[in-house]
Amino acid sequence: MEPSRLPAFLLGRVVKAAIVILAIVVCNFFLIHAAPGDPASIIAGQSGAADARFLAQLRAQFGLDQPLYVQLWLYLKGVLTLDLGFSHRQQMSVAALLWDRLPATLLLTGAAFVFALVIGVSMGALAARRVGTWSDSLITVLALAFYATPLFWVGLMLVLLFSVTLEWLPSFGMASVGVEMSGLAAVLDVGEHLILPGLTLGLFYVAVYARLTRATMLEVADQDFVKTARAKGVPEGRILRRHILRNALLPVITFAGIQAGQLIGGSILVETVFAWPGIGRLAFEALLARDYQVLMGVFFLTSVMVVLFNLITDLLYAIVDPRVEVSR
Amino acid sequence: MTRLLTVENLTVGLPRGADRPNAVENLSLHLDAGEILCVVGESGSGKSITANTVMGLLPKGLPVKSGRITVEGESLLDLSAEELRERRGARMAMVFQEPMTALNPLMRVGDQIAEALAVHGKGGEAKARVPELLEAVNLPDPAAIARMHPFRLSGGQRQRVMIAMALALEPALLIADEPTTALDVTTQMQILHLIREIQQRKGMGVMFITHDFGVVAEIADRVAVMQHGRVVEEGSAAEILNAPKHPYTRALIAAVPHGAASDRPPIRPAPVLEMKGVTKTYQRGGWFGARAVVKAVHDADFVLNKGETLGLVGESGSGKSTLARCVVRLVEPEQGEILFHGADLRPLSRQGWLPYRRRIQMVFQDPYGSLNPRRSVGRAITEGPITHGVPPAEARARALELLRLVRLDESAMDRYPHEFSGGQRQRIGLARALAMQPELLIADEPVSALDVSVQAQVLDLLAEIRQRLGLTMLFITHDLRVAAQICDRIAVMQRGAIVEQGPTAEVFGAPRHPYTRALLDSIPGRGWTPPVLTESA
Repeated sequence: MEPSRLPAFLLGRVVKAAIVILAIVVCNFFLIHAAPGDPASIIAGQSGAADARFLAQLRAQFGLDQPLYVQLWLYLKGVLTLDLGFSHRQQMSVAALLWDRLPATLLLTGAAFVFALVIGVSMGALAARRVGTWSDSLITVLALAFYATPLFWVGLMLVLLFSVTLEWLPSFGMASVGVEMSGLAAVLDVGEHLILPGLTLGLFYVAVYARLTRATMLEVADQDFVKTARAKGVPEGRILRRHILRNALLPVITFAGIQAGQLIGGSILVETVFAWPGIGRLAFEALLARDYQVLMGVFFLTSVMVVLFNLITDLLYAIVDPRVEVSR
Repeated sequence: MTRLLTVENLTVGLPRGADRPNAVENLSLHLDAGEILCVVGESGSGKSITANTVMGLLPKGLPVKSGRITVEGESLLDLSAEELRERRGARMAMVFQEPMTALNPLMRVGDQIAEALAVHGKGGEAKARVPELLEAVNLPDPAAIARMHPFRLSGGQRQRVMIAMALALEPALLIADEPTTALDVTTQMQILHLIREIQQRKGMGVMFITHDFGVVAEIADRVAVMQHGRVVEEGSAAEILNAPKHPYTRALIAAVPHGAASDRPPIRPAPVLEMKGVTKTYQRGGWFGARAVVKAVHDADFVLNKGETLGLVGESGSGKSTLARCVVRLVEPEQGEILFHGADLRPLSRQGWLPYRRRIQMVFQDPYGSLNPRRSVGRAITEGPITHGVPPAEARARALELLRLVRLDESAMDRYPHEFSGGQRQRIGLARALAMQPELLIADEPVSALDVSVQAQVLDLLAEIRQRLGLTMLFITHDLRVAAQICDRIAVMQRGAIVEQGPTAEVFGAPRHPYTRALLDSIPGRGWTPPVLTESA
């Protein structure tokens, strides 16, 4: 894409993105309010004093006695000023709560993302280069196994092997409890805690990238321009890197964009299994407590991430593939 | 003259289960420096395999069983893979058929040419050489072109880039595998001239693979004719073109459309189809991007009379297919009248269109893509009539009759499209269209994807059916020789408009519009009149 067209492209996309996010916010609002039970009833139930007057008082306090459209209007107004509401349960503003949990989740999902992309593409490229040999078969079978196994099961098995049996790696939390550490030691400690959840979260995508890379590389290898490169005497290694892999990475970028969009919302299961103090577990807890505001905050953040990474993917695509502008 | 390339007794095997044991059998060829050898043959004759064997680019499944290939005295089959790679691009280079896919879409064309230099240790010269090379192939503004990605260039420009790339290291041998087949006639002529000119300037030997005898007449010094993996006849261009000896060569040359317009009985004006002011524009962009408007069809009025064949000719992108598709509403024009027996089809609803669907039928260009691979031929032919209310038994009987008419065996009914050759599939497509008993047949490049001999058969069949059934036909083609042979009248299209129309003999004999003249001048081998050959002798 020509640089001169970038501002117009960006502006158009941002406007579209804003509309999409607004629509998602409204949908989320109705979806959550359609679910049975509300925070007042849960709090009242847990406090043990569930008489109707206390319930009504709680509802009035949370603004739940207002008509639905008023609640929606108040919420939308809040979102537009980046005020995501207040969690009565946690006694904190939702924005602060999310901000608090965000780094942990980004660390986990970011690590899983990089791990999946690097290992997956390498495995796929290797398999494509050695197509039909035992290393290709091994990679294909491994990828299929990762692809087919449920996430939580992989997590539990990893815990069983590396934490319980071998006692090599910690099985829950983000840092060792009750030990004061600083500097490098702290970083290493977090890193050690990161391995199992990161692996669990990443393995599925390793499989996806490996299969995708292998398939597209084999497809690209059959194309005419690869033969042209061969006809002008380009060595095989260079053909693989400069001609085949570069073209084969286009669909991988598309998929990486999808995975990146799920960086926030996709780790609920793994965070729960490994007690990782991130957004995913926050969402899980909020759901159990019918903590509307927090849940909607998580959804809002998730949808922003998806839309944002879609935009980044498209931009990246336009940079990598000069033809994109034409078919936009 | 020095002997540049010799191929001796080359045999290249085919994988098991192929229709013959060897792709190329006991083949011998030679090429001198400064000479252009045309290797002619139909698809599957082994001409591309021969070229790829010389380059060392054979796919894995095809083993060289025996033979010897020497280039500049060096035996290629004895070289290691690395030694062969060093020769490729440097001493021998190749240009391919499909310019649209032969360049890496993600690399700037200048970088792709520079890469050829770089991998042979001359990367340092690239900066100076790349613009030089682009200029040598007559590309305007070489510096700007070098920075472009392939998608910005037209087919002809890309083919020039391919040639520039092939010439980068001044190879002694250039192999061109159907380099102009995918191009428009005027572009084809330019590329042929370019290859000829560069070959003479550099004294290269060129092995030029083609299926088109017109191209042979244009460029060849010597000709080798291939059939089923063997060279059946070899000789100077004049010998082969004007006095072919082998029956296969004679058959091929006899099948070349002669391009002469025959006298035809005058057509009584009884309009079947009338196009008035039909306009179709395509838009791109919107919202925030710049809007681009392309006028695909405008100023293209014509009248098609009963029993007449009108040829729409033009180059790719001239709007001829779009115009034809407007008639059957595969494309919806935004303006104009499409009068079929006086009734305007354009404003009709989908429902209102139904009765006309049967009366106007279409035959498509691609015999591979236009038949549903999972549907038997019988079902493909009977489906249309049955949905229009013909009892299945009657539709089936009629389908059998049609298969006989297009000279296919009745057993074809229960077979599937992949069991047929391209020419046979095109006949199935024709039978499918005729099953609806249409009054108007629209044939969109129906013979372009076929070999010459098959093309001749399908054209004969079309002419015969047209006579017998009194069909009115709109015939779209880019091949002027084909148009001359089959059409009563010709309409020449350029950039969406009809620039000239008239009786075939008139348009070809005394073209008025400069574009028509340019098209006619670009017919390859226009200086060569195929000899009239009797079947025997």
